Parts: sequence; C-alpha cells; structure tokens
Amino acid sequence: MEIETKNIKQPNLKDRFKTEEYMINMGPQHPATHGVLRLILTIDGEIIKKVEPDLGYIHRSIEKMCERDSYQQIVHLTDRMDYLSSHINNEAVSLAVEKALQLEIPDRVKVIRTIIAELTRIASHTLWWGVFGMDIGALTTYFYGFRDREMINDIFEETCGARLTMNYNKPGGLMFDIHPNFVNRVKDFVAHFKTKLPEYDRLLTGNIIFQKRTKGIGFLTKEDAISFGTTGPVSRGSGVASDIRKIHPYSAYERVDFKQPLYHEGDNLARYKVRIDEMWESLSIIEQLIDNIPEGDYQVPTKAVIKLPKGEYYQRVETARGELGVYINSEGNKNPYRVKFRSPGFSNLSVLNHISVGSKIGDLVAIMATLDLVIPDIDR
Amino acid sequence: MTNVQLQKTIIKWFDTETSGFEFTEENTEFLTLTVSKEKLHEIATKLKNAPETQFDYLFCETGMDWGDNLGVIYHLRSMELGHEMVLKVYTKDRDNVKIDTVCDIWRTSELHEREIHDLFGIEFNNHPNMKALILTDEWEGYPLRKDYVDPINMIVK
Amino acid sequence: MNIALSTNTFANIISYFSENLGWGIWGEITAYSIIGIIYLIFFALAGLYLVLLERKIAAWIQLRIGPNRVGPWGIFQTIADALKLLSKELTGTIKADKLLYNLAPYFPIVAALISLSVFAFSKSLQAFDINIGLFFLTAVSSVGVIGILLGGWASNNKYALIGAMRSGVQIISYELSVGLSLLTMVLLTGSLQLSEIIEVQRTGGWLIVQGHIPAIIAFMIYMIAGTAETNRTPFDLVEAESELGAGYHTEYSGMKFAYFFLAEFINMFIISSIAVTVFFGGWLSPFGITDGIVWLQPLWFFIKVFIIILLMMFFRWTFPRLRIDQILTLEWKYLLPLNLMNIVLMAIIVWLGLDLSSLFN
Repeated sequence: MEIETKNIKQPNLKDRFKTEEYMINMGPQHPATHGVLRLILTIDGEIIKKVEPDLGYIHRSIEKMCERDSYQQIVHLTDRMDYLSSHINNEAVSLAVEKALQLEIPDRVKVIRTIIAELTRIASHTLWWGVFGMDIGALTTYFYGFRDREMINDIFEETCGARLTMNYNKPGGLMFDIHPNFVNRVKDFVAHFKTKLPEYDRLLTGNIIFQKRTKGIGFLTKEDAISFGTTGPVSRGSGVASDIRKIHPYSAYERVDFKQPLYHEGDNLARYKVRIDEMWESLSIIEQLIDNIPEGDYQVPTKAVIKLPKGEYYQRVETARGELGVYINSEGNKNPYRVKFRSPGFSNLSVLNHISVGSKIGDLVAIMATLDLVIPDIDR
Repeated sequence: MTNVQLQKTIIKWFDTETSGFEFTEENTEFLTLTVSKEKLHEIATKLKNAPETQFDYLFCETGMDWGDNLGVIYHLRSMELGHEMVLKVYTKDRDNVKIDTVCDIWRTSELHEREIHDLFGIEFNNHPNMKALILTDEWEGYPLRKDYVDPINMIVK
Repeated sequence: MNIALSTNTFANIISYFSENLGWGIWGEITAYSIIGIIYLIFFALAGLYLVLLERKIAAWIQLRIGPNRVGPWGIFQTIADALKLLSKELTGTIKADKLLYNLAPYFPIVAALISLSVFAFSKSLQAFDINIGLFFLTAVSSVGVIGILLGGWASNNKYALIGAMRSGVQIISYELSVGLSLLTMVLLTGSLQLSEIIEVQRTGGWLIVQGHIPAIIAFMIYMIAGTAETNRTPFDLVEAESELGAGYHTEYSGMKFAYFFLAEFINMFIISSIAVTVFFGGWLSPFGITDGIVWLQPLWFFIKVFIIILLMMFFRWTFPRLRIDQILTLEWKYLLPLNLMNIVLMAIIVWLGLDLSSLFN
C-alpha cells in the first residue's frame, strides 16, 4: 500500500527532542527554605533557568506597627525580624534612639552589649553551619552546631530569661545588670568553643565532596556584590569590605582589635570561610572584653515617654547576616512618623536569581544556605 | 569627602541650572539632596558614575508618605571613597504615582522597588518586573500609606 | 536454568514433608510455604532492626542517645513504628495514576526479597543455589528501580518525578560498576554459583587476599557503586530531603511508604551480603579457626555483613551529598574506565597465575 507521505509533516530533529521548561514551586513549605520563603523555579531538567522569590508569607508589617508604638515598644518588635540576631536588632533601635536623644551611655553598657552581640553572632553562625551541612546532605553537622549554640543560649537564659528573643536592650542601656555567673560562663564557653571550632573544619571543611559542592558555585563578582547591595558575609566573600563594625564603629568596637575576614573568590566556599573566620574573630573580641567589663551603671534613666526631636535618624549595625539599618523619621511625637528597617536578608535575597541561574537544583539549595536567609527578616 | 565638599561638588555640576534639586536640612548626619522626579534618573546616574562621587552602593531605599506627597529616599554610599549621602524624590500626585526606577543603576533596588510598589503604591517606570511581591494580587489599598484603614487587622491606639 | 537444591537444611524440610509424611506434591508446597514464611519473617525483622541500628548509630555519631523509650535501649522502637505505619490511613493524590501508584511499592520489596533467596548463609543454609547466582542477583536487584520510577511518575508530583528520574539515571549507571566489579572477581573464581565461589575461597583464601591488588580495587569500586545502588548518602539524591522534600516517595504514606523504606534497608543487607560472599569468604571463618563447628557458619556470615553495613552507615552520617552531575562524572569518567582496566589486570593475574591462592595450600 502506498502511503501518501507528502502530507505528513516530518518534524525535524530539534522539534522531536524539544524539551519543555518545567515550573516548580519551592516553598512556602520546603525543608531547604528554612521558613516560608516561596521560590518559583523555572528549570530545564536539573538546570535552573530562573528563580523568582515570592514573599509575604510571614509579613507582619512591623514598619507599620512601629508607627503606632512608642520607642521602647519598637525594640521588642525587632526581635521578630532576624530572630537569630535578636540582640543586635534590639541594639540597633536602642542606638538609634540614644543617638537622637544624644544620651551618654556608660561604658559598662557598651561592653556588655558588644559581648552579647558577639555571642549572638557565634550562636547564629553555629546554627547556620549546622543547617548548611544539612542542606548539602551532611546531617551530622546540625547536632554539632546545636551543641555549641546551646551553651550560648543557656548564658542568655541566665542573663535575661530568654533564649532567643532577648529584649535585653532598652533605649538608654540594658534592662538589668548581668548575672554574677556571666563572666565565668562566657569564659567557659570561649575555652570550650576554641577546642570545638577546629572540629567543624575536620568534619566538613576538608571533605572532598564538600569542597566539590561549594568551590566555584554561586559565583558573585565584587561589582555585583556592591550593585546588589549585599552585606555581611555574602559581600565579604566577594571581597567587599562592608563590615559596619569597621566603617561606623558603635558600642565597644572601637576599643577592640579585630580583623574583618575578606575572601575574593566570591563562591559558596568563600562565604563559608568568612563565617568560620568570623567566629574566630568574635571569640577574640569576647576575650578582649570579658576581663575588663567596667564598673558602673547598667542604664541611664530615660523619660517614661521618649519623644525624639524632629528629624531623620539612621543607625546601622552589623548583624550576623550583614548590615541592619534603622531609619527613623520623627515628627517630635512619642511615636515615630516612619520607621524603615533595611534588613540584610532582603538585600541578600535579591542576588539569588543572579548567582543561581545555570546551576543545578542541589546548588540552589547550597547557595540559599550560604546567603543565610532568615525569612522573617526578609518579610518583616 | 565631607558633606560640605560633596555639596560643593554636586552644585558645581549643575551650576548653569538651578531648578529640580535642592539641599535640605533634615537634622541628620547625611547630606540630603532632594530632586524632582524628572531629574532623578539623571542625577542618580551622575552620582554613581562621576569619578569624584562614585556612589555605587545603595544601602537603603525607603518609601515615604509625607501626608500630602509620596516619595522615595535613597541612602547611598561609595565603597571606594567611603562617603555617604541621601537622595530624596517626591511627587504630589497620590493617585497615579510614577517615579523612574533606579534598578538599572543599583540592581538591589529591583526588589526594594517592588516592595515599595506593594506597600505605597508607587509605580516605577521602566522597572522590569513590577508585580506584587509581598501582597496578593487582589489586595486593595497600600498598607504603609498614612490614609490606609483596615478596621479588622489594624490595631490603632 | 538448572535449579539445584543441594543437600541442605531446606532440602531436608522439603523431603520430610513430601516423602516422610507422604504428602507428595502438597507436602512440597507446604514446605516451600514454610520456607518462604521463615524468610519473610526473618527479613522483615532484619529490615526493622537495621533501621534501629541506623538510628542508634546516627545518634552515637551525632552526640545523641537515639531511641530509648520503647523497650530497653529502644529495641522495640522500630516494631512500634512498623505497627504505626500499618495502622495509618493510606493517603494519595487524586490525580495519581491509581494502578501504577499502588503497584509501585511492591517492586522494590519483592525484588529485594527474591534476591535474598540465593544467599548461602552457611554451607547447608541456602534456599536456592543456582549456577548463575551472581548474575541472578544483579538482574533481580535492578528490578527495584522500576518501582521507584513508577512511584515517582505515577504520584503526579513534580518533586517525586525529579527524584525518580534522578534515581533512574543513577541506578542504571552504577549497575554497570557493580556488575563489572563482580565480574572481575568471577574471573578469579571461574563460577557464578555462590556456593562454588565460597568453595573456591575455602581452599584458596578469601578472594580479597587471593586477588590482592585488583581485588582490593574491585572491592572499593563495589562499595562505592553499592552505596549508590542503595540510594544512600553520599548518593541519596533520589530522596535528597533538603532539595526534593522526600523525592520519589513524597506522595506515599503508611505501609506503602514503609515498603520503600524497608526495601532500602534490605537492599543494604543484600549489597553487604554480596560483598561478604564475593570478597570475604561468605560463611568461612577467618584463618579457618572454627572450621569444624557448623552452627558458627551463619554467625560468621552475619558478623561480616554487620561490619560492611556499619561501614555504609558511617558513610551516611559523615559525608555530604554529591550533586547529580558529579555522580554521573564519578561513574562514567572515573569508576567505569578504572573498572575496565581492573578487569584486564585481573585477567593477566589469572592468566599468569599470580594470585595468592598458593599461600593457603
């Protein structure tokens, strides 16, 4: 039988093997997004073509709430942004109010704030380290990280009663004085952590699979790091000296000697190394300060109702994730007219699409982990 | 560069024309330059590219509702030269707010502008992806505006 | 296929039922059912206790205590878990392909159980001694991947599909290495029959010593590929919790999930058993120290299996996960060429008579 072939359209080879792009919804419930981040991925097989974040799943509009709250109340709201750097967030608002009121803060407060801020940074980084290991499949790291974080949380609990959302700061100083055990326990922790930090390297850093999974992945150039407004370890992994503790020293950072770790590779491994080095630097800062906590008051009295003079105030601090900016616009009332939190996570998120296009799904998870996204911090 | 030097440098660029920008005193540590929305993109580009300013780092972009006018505040820093300044832009029209995007100059503002678009209803011209970021597509009103009312979800003291 | 039921325990049971009791063909059927049930119970328990062992080992590595509530040292924990899974509602997705979705979990578990039948736990404790034993094992154990592919496809879930596709790519690739590394050893034994392989080692020493350099290389390749075959870390991208949620079994619950889960652990047992049979002398005691005592033979077998399983568990709790392209690179660019060269090396050694079997004679 003759088959009429001229009417049958022969697909060419390219059409026959044409593959479709695949849309996949990562989150808001997904183990790797560490919260309720939703990413809309366009993938071609395993290769990522586009990453589009969709936010708002935990947006509480803290900025709007601040407009109706007094300045003491705002401090408490900031815990709920980057809950892993809660003390540093509190400190940022306190410093902004103190700067506006031109309060003279006792040295004791500055030193204690700095020590606790550095402990917070270590706690945040140990958690990050554990979770990063888990994201790339090494489940054991999680428990190692949490073992050490637990000691810090115990210190916090003894100091102010809370383990995570601390609220230890207030405009004008601290809520109350440190616990008598504080100095000894911090010293114990420093001694303990100095023996445990090399363990982190032995468990993960030197592993050949780990090196293969991180080296050259998620490459971010220095120019892009600046243009995308990245801060913290993300930008320092690309060689941008962005440490606010160096640029605009606050609290007791002027009187301590520390380095800001800089790596120029701009990949996952560089960001990883920055955080490991930061833990060492934090330990050294704590060691320099813990023996010389000056005597004095732990707070200066402020009025019950704080009214900031009319004007704009901007205070920047370095949280574990990068630069947190607090912008307060005051009309002279007891409430701020407008408060804006420039959160490090939000700016770091903007780089995600840029550095993960072209890599695999597994890489995306690793990149998200090295950006160290905390979702309430992004959504505010 | 100090604020005074910065101010002199910027005035020097525009010595022939005087409209569209002014330095304002806001009781802040930063030099504040308020520009009209027509001039925003031009001045922003100049601030980023001029060798004596090099504001390459937009570290904060704030939407603002001053009551009668809406605007955006840009906090700028030069990573190379280490100086900082504030750029402000505002518009009187509250119903159809359109401001030029700066995300081709500082790419970080892509997300920031989408957030401001959601919360303040400011439309950014030439923005590549002006979709809802935080709110749902069918959300009515702009929550961070001062005239926003929501009797159910908002607790007003 | 020449099925030879050797003069062993199981043959005795069958002849007891069919001849001594005079039940004839019904006696044989009864005997086969009893043997089947013994195997089923034994390996259900083995699977459950491997899960418990894994959890305990994970806990010890991770500075935890591990299960310790149900029974002393938590020894009934996994049995309680299994009962819980049995009594759970089986949920599924509406848009799933019902037939394939329900069929899929049986593939891995049936394939795993079939493979178990050919192992020689001792000289007389072997259900099914066929002359193509190793070939049969590699053939049957690769059926399991069909279940994973079907499960991932039929669940109508994008994550499950990605997991299933990864698994297809991965298992088919690593099947090559498992097969070739076993083939290397077959050059030395000259037989595929498992009892024969052990017999060779009884006279000439364990194959890993007998075959020295190429045998050690083959063992290393076998362990890497075997770990990949069982979808365990560092090759667990099929599940890849942090990437795909739960991979191919995302949409499975209750007992259907448990089938997948148990099959994974029984597969681990199978991979270790093959390694023990082919490289470490099966039920033979080291240096023949307890050669005369028959009842110690299974014990030696299980001790060796246990050690290999421990090794695989240590891998799991210390290594990060590889990426899909790295897994394929490892197989096709490194393991496969190495394996091929290794076969040539082994052939030369066998040809020139350079193996170390003379040491033991």
